[in-house]
Amino acid sequence: MITVNGEKLDFSGTVSELLAVMEYNGKRVAVELNENIVSKAEYENTLLDDGDKLEIVRFVGGG
Amino acid sequence: MIPSESEMYNALAERHGADFQKKVKSASVAVCGIGGLGSNIAIALARAGVGRIHIVDFDRVDISNLNRQQYFPEQLGMYKTDALKETLSHIAPYCEIVTDCVRLDETNISELLKDDDIICEAFDSAEAKAVLVNCVLEKLPEKYLVSGSGMAGIDSANTIKTRRVMKKLYICGDGESDVSDGTGLYSSRVMVCAGHQAHTIIRIISGKYDV
Repeated sequence: MITVNGEKLDFSGTVSELLAVMEYNGKRVAVELNENIVSKAEYENTLLDDGDKLEIVRFVGGG
Repeated sequence: MIPSESEMYNALAERHGADFQKKVKSASVAVCGIGGLGSNIAIALARAGVGRIHIVDFDRVDISNLNRQQYFPEQLGMYKTDALKETLSHIAPYCEIVTDCVRLDETNISELLKDDDIICEAFDSAEAKAVLVNCVLEKLPEKYLVSGSGMAGIDSANTIKTRRVMKKLYICGDGESDVSDGTGLYSSRVMVCAGHQAHTIIRIISGKYDV
């Protein structure tokens, strides 16, 4: 079980795979894993562990 | 004849309190992107008495900007950095205004923004927002960062909120309404979001970090 934006989620895989499941575009997000920012280059290699806490911020256009 | 620097400072200190004004005067804020959000944010910061405002944008003033951005018809074709510097100088003649007429990307963000205490993301494109936020969080982790996401369309102004999503990252907006959905941008709703961002910056400067 991991926690994404405060909500529990049964998921195993990488950050990239999680973004795909959530239908988030990897070019429009910022991801924090256990209070450390994950660089975009690491999304594919970062495997999520049981108990991990993520904050995923999704950006939309307009300004 | 305009008032002297000390007359203007004292007038602000009288209204805001001396402690607050001292903090604001010594603050340096970078406003990245000076379109609908950024031009309004910079003006709010100048009026509050922020000592140094660093405005960054590569674009020129276009007629399509005039529905929501703080530019004048006679400024069409000017670089936004030059046009807004002019306006800010009228509002706050003793504010130090630093301009960079450049497109921010991974190659120049950490160098150009290193001297600012607080960084405000006010771009239009979702990808550019993400690049700036990721880059600052990775390379300038000591900086506070205030970003805008979700202010397009004519939905209620009450759906625009400020959230502290990470220790140093605040996001203002409804988080949902995307200009690419064809919803348009209305000055009133963009200004609500700009007001949230400017106010969050002012609160951070004054040492109030909660939302």
